[in-house]
Amino acid sequence: MSMTLTEKLLAKAAGRKTAAAGENLLANVDVLMTHDVCGPGTIGVLQREFGRDARVWDPERVVIIPDHYIFTTDPRSNRNVDLLREFVREQGIRHFYDVVDDGRGAWTFDASQGPLKAQYGSRYAGVCHIALAEKGHTRPGEVLVGTDSHTCTAGAFGEFATGIGNTDAAFVMGTGKILLRVPETMRFVLDGRMPRGVMAKDVVLHIIGEIGFDGATFRAMEYAGPGVSSLTIEDRMTIANMGVEAGAKNAVFEADETTRAFVDARMKEHGTTRPYEGVSADAGARYMSEHRINLSALEPTVAMPPDPGRRNTARQLANVRIDRAYIGSCTGGKASDFEAFAEIARGRTVAVDTFGVPATPWIVRYLKETTKNGRSLWDTLVAAGVRMTENAGCAACLGGPTDTFGRINEPMSCISTTNRNFPGRMGHPEGLVYLASPYTVAASALAGRIADPRDYLQS
Amino acid sequence: MGSRKLGGKVYVVGNNIDTDQIIPAQYLSLIPTIPEEYNRLGGYALSGLPADTYPTRLIEPGRAPSEYRVIIAGRNFGCGSSREHAPIALGAAGIRVVIAESFARIFFRNCLATGELYPIESDYGLCDAFQTGDCVEVDLDTESLRGADSSSVYPLRPLGEAAKVVAAGGLFAYARQNGLVRERSGPA
Repeated sequence: MSMTLTEKLLAKAAGRKTAAAGENLLANVDVLMTHDVCGPGTIGVLQREFGRDARVWDPERVVIIPDHYIFTTDPRSNRNVDLLREFVREQGIRHFYDVVDDGRGAWTFDASQGPLKAQYGSRYAGVCHIALAEKGHTRPGEVLVGTDSHTCTAGAFGEFATGIGNTDAAFVMGTGKILLRVPETMRFVLDGRMPRGVMAKDVVLHIIGEIGFDGATFRAMEYAGPGVSSLTIEDRMTIANMGVEAGAKNAVFEADETTRAFVDARMKEHGTTRPYEGVSADAGARYMSEHRINLSALEPTVAMPPDPGRRNTARQLANVRIDRAYIGSCTGGKASDFEAFAEIARGRTVAVDTFGVPATPWIVRYLKETTKNGRSLWDTLVAAGVRMTENAGCAACLGGPTDTFGRINEPMSCISTTNRNFPGRMGHPEGLVYLASPYTVAASALAGRIADPRDYLQS
Repeated sequence: MGSRKLGGKVYVVGNNIDTDQIIPAQYLSLIPTIPEEYNRLGGYALSGLPADTYPTRLIEPGRAPSEYRVIIAGRNFGCGSSREHAPIALGAAGIRVVIAESFARIFFRNCLATGELYPIESDYGLCDAFQTGDCVEVDLDTESLRGADSSSVYPLRPLGEAAKVVAAGGLFAYARQNGLVRERSGPA
């Protein structure tokens, strides 16, 4: 029987020869990820269901990454990081990217130092989906589940990756398995190359606009075609990340040499090496639909509030005034995202309040150590007027506690590299959020209104 | 298993009610397995709905349980994040059923996993047929929704095996009934 990439991955995980869309199966999980917002509740369910002395099925396969509500004085949020630390100690979990270095310490955020200067220890890793990749926890052919909807990001590495709730995660913690229905697959064939000014974010915003905000609900999105090889790993992560904004269960790219080189280097660097085996979709696999996307024909794209499927072009929206710009998050806070922003902002000044939150401490270092025209990328952004914080994390992408850096605390319009724009997403219920690429956000920050970045790029 | 009929006042919402509107992100530091914090989550259910569109609130802040028992919604209810706080907040507020034209996947799954709510789909645009405050009865056996005046009866889409998971009380209770995990002693 010919199988799609997702059917193949799930058959492998269930120890079966075949799996077909619509079947239910019990899959073995290779990595379970949780964070500070859902970890404590997951641990609560584990202990309620398996007993106070319950053990995780395999401490090597549980990865815990505090990243959501870290740089806040909210006492419950600080407590939640401490609860993770206690659990990790009890369970002997090695892959815990703690905010503090002392394994018996406690975390509190010192607001008197201001929001910009780093307050984390040496192990802190930042936004979970980017940290998973950076630290070598994403591997082709595996199953990765996490208590966060954007866990689908890891599909960029040729694995099955999906977001789950606390109860499902507690089931995985106790048993190493998850009940899954094999999804139908929508296939997206990419042709051509992205033209100058167009980024991976434009590709995925275009696709969500095409199929609708619920166009892939319960389904797999499989990316294929000659256009894939021109996409970097970070491009693929951006695209896979927003699969859930179309409702998808997972989004997946087949692993290629680019993937393997990235994964092998990260595993070696961080001591997370283990053998992996990628899988390929079969010729003749059955897809519920096929969509051809000509990357060469795409334009800078914007999703208008209040949902990620409300597509328009930056050009069409050029008269829309904005009050704020934001660059950050698992989909738009990577090194390449800040590089793109700096390319446009270099030597210019932003016209509106602009907040920059790198996804991880590694990205902070990269931006400080990488120079162009005699100046670091970090200094270039700061000189342009971007409020750059070293405190890498999810920050205002999802609002968070009211003292969160960059949070929208009053009705205003914000253009953002993040992934959601439902009412209240970045804080205030009457805030309006426009989603766009780092290029478009940078051009718009300079203009004080939505702008097409091609007008700002040297050709 | 209890009664197979669930009734009460309905609260009607539109399309794309995402998890931030169901339980705004600033309340996610509440841990649902701590009873006091579970109850507080209920007090914030649907507090992210814009006040101008929804002048009648599901619940006054902190005044759980709600007077409503059933939510009627449009497309894509529960889209957005994987936060289990969302079905839990609704359940803690006293909601027993959400009837929507469609659900987002993770929310649907979390309803079953927690056993908090029956997520039932309807092919009819029930948002237009009912108003907030109307009384209804949901019959899980005949899979139908009946208005208080009994003149209007709407078929609901069968929930199938998923209904058994909710009726059992969630994923773990269901898994134990089916031998997937042992009784509360340790991982199977």
